[in-house]
Amino acid sequence: MKDSAASVAIPPPIEIRPAAAATPVPLLTRAGPLLLALVAPVLFLILWQLGVAYTKSRLIPPPTEVAVMMWDFAFGGIWDDAFSQTLHIHLMMSVSRVYGGFLLATGVAVPLGLLIGRVLLARQMLDPMLQMLRPIPVTAWLPLSMIIFGLGGTSAFSLVFLGAFFPILLNTVFGVRNVDPKLFEAAAMLGCQGTNIFRRVVLPAALPSIFTGLRLGHGLAWMVIVVGEMTGVPQGLGAVIMDARTLSRTDLVICGMIVIGLAGFLSDKAITWLSSRMLSWSPQHSR
Amino acid sequence: MSARPIIEIEHLSKEFELNGRHIHALRDVNLTIAKGEFVCLIGASGCGKSTLLRIMAGFETASSGAAKMWGSAISEPGPDRGMVFQDYALFPWLSVRDNIAFGPTERSRPKDEIRGKVESFIDIVGLRKFADAYPHQLSGGMKQRVAIARVLANDAEVVLMDEPFGALDAMTRERLQEELLDIWQRTGLTVVFVTHSIEEAIYLSDRVVVMTPAPGKIESDNAVHLARPRDVSAPDFNEIRRLLAGKLHSHHGRKAA
Repeated sequence: MKDSAASVAIPPPIEIRPAAAATPVPLLTRAGPLLLALVAPVLFLILWQLGVAYTKSRLIPPPTEVAVMMWDFAFGGIWDDAFSQTLHIHLMMSVSRVYGGFLLATGVAVPLGLLIGRVLLARQMLDPMLQMLRPIPVTAWLPLSMIIFGLGGTSAFSLVFLGAFFPILLNTVFGVRNVDPKLFEAAAMLGCQGTNIFRRVVLPAALPSIFTGLRLGHGLAWMVIVVGEMTGVPQGLGAVIMDARTLSRTDLVICGMIVIGLAGFLSDKAITWLSSRMLSWSPQHSR
Repeated sequence: MSARPIIEIEHLSKEFELNGRHIHALRDVNLTIAKGEFVCLIGASGCGKSTLLRIMAGFETASSGAAKMWGSAISEPGPDRGMVFQDYALFPWLSVRDNIAFGPTERSRPKDEIRGKVESFIDIVGLRKFADAYPHQLSGGMKQRVAIARVLANDAEVVLMDEPFGALDAMTRERLQEELLDIWQRTGLTVVFVTHSIEEAIYLSDRVVVMTPAPGKIESDNAVHLARPRDVSAPDFNEIRRLLAGKLHSHHGRKAA
C-alpha cells in the first residue's frame, strides 16, 4: 500500500461527533441546556408578577394580563377590538419589509462588496463615499426617506435596506480583502481567468465573512423595522407598538415587543442554519 | 528523454525596490531545461531561487532578459505550468475530489474526461478514502498530495515546486519524495524543484542548480549521474553532497562579483 507509512499521522476524514444514537443519553442530560436556558426567563416572569402586585402599579400590566392580550392578539375571542386576531397581518407586513429590504440589500451589497474588495479602481472610486455615508445612523435617514418616499411602508422598507446594507457590504469587502493571495495564484495557474475568478475563488473564499455580514445586517433589519413603522404606517409590528402606546395599551406594547423578539430570534436561527450548511468546509463554522 | 528545451531562461535579471532599498534578486541568469528533466534549484535564502521559479510560473515578470516555454515568452500563469506551493494553497471550500477537478473544470473539459482523470489521480496519490474530505481534515502530507494531483490532472507539462515538502515531517517527506519520483518516471513530466536541502536535491534530481545570493545568480549547474533509486548513505552520494555543500557556501567571504 502506498499510503501505509504516511497514514500514521492522518486524522479521521470526518469529525467525530458524540454518538447520540449509539449510547443513550439520560433525558436530564439532554434536556439540561433547555432547562438552564429557561431559568432566567421564568425567574424574570415571577419577579415581574410579584413586582406589579407589590407596587400595585397601573402602568405596567402583570405577565398574566400580557398573556391574555397575546392570546387575543393572535386568536381573538376575548376583547374583540381592532387588534383582536390581527397578529398574523402585522407580522406578515413586518416580515415582508424586513426580508424585502434585507434581500435587496444582500443583492446589492454582496456584488458591490466583491467588486470593491477585488478591483482597485472600484475601491478608489466608491470606498471614500461609502465610508462617509456609513457613520450616519440609520434613524437619521428617517426624515429624508419620509420626504422621498412619503409616509408609509416604502419608507420603512428603505430604512431596512440601509440598515442591512452597510454591515453586509463591509463584511463582504473585508472577506474579499482577506482571501489568501496564494489562492488567486493557484487558480490562475490552473487556468481560471477573468470573471470566473469571482465565481470560483472570490465568492466562496469570502463566504464566511459574507455570512457574518448577513447576520449583522439581518439583526439590524429587525431593529430598524420598528423605527420605520412607527410613523405613518397602518400595519406592522412597529405600528402596533406605537398605536398601543397612544392608546395606553401597555399589554399590547409588550406583546408587540415579544413578537418582534421571537421573530428576530427565529429568523436569525434560520440564517445560522443556512450558514452552517453552506460553510461545512470551514473548521470555524461546521458543527 | 529528448533534449529539446522546454524551458529557457536567457540573461534574466530581476530588480525591485523594497522599503526604499534596491534589491537585485536575480542577475544574468541562464538556464535551459529539457523535457522530462528533474531539476533542483538550491541555495540559501535570498538567492532568488523562488523568484526564478515564480517567473517561470508567470506570477512575476523579469526586469530584463527572457523566460520562455517551448520558445515563446512566458507572460502569465497558465495550465501548462503547474505550481505546487509550500503551504499547499488548496481551495478550502472544495473537497479533495473537487480540488483536483478545479483545473479541468475551469478549462471546460468534457465531464466524462474530468471524472476519469480525477478518479485516476485520486488513486495515484492514494487518497481514495479521503476523496470527499475537505482540506482542513487532511494532514500536511495528504494536502500536498492533493496539490500535486491537482496540477497533474490539469495536464501540466512542467511542474514547478516551491519547497513543497519543507513543512512536512521527515517520514512523510521521504514518502512523498519517493511517490513524486515514481510519478515523474511514469509520466515523463518536467519538474523544477526549489529546496534548501542538499540531500533532497541530490536524491531527486538529474541536475542540481546551485544559486548564491546578493545578487541572486547561478553558481553552478551540476549533473547527478547516480543510478536510481538512490541511497542517501552511499559513499558516492556523500561525495556529491560534500561537493555541493562546498559550492553552496563558497560565496561566503567572497565579494559579490
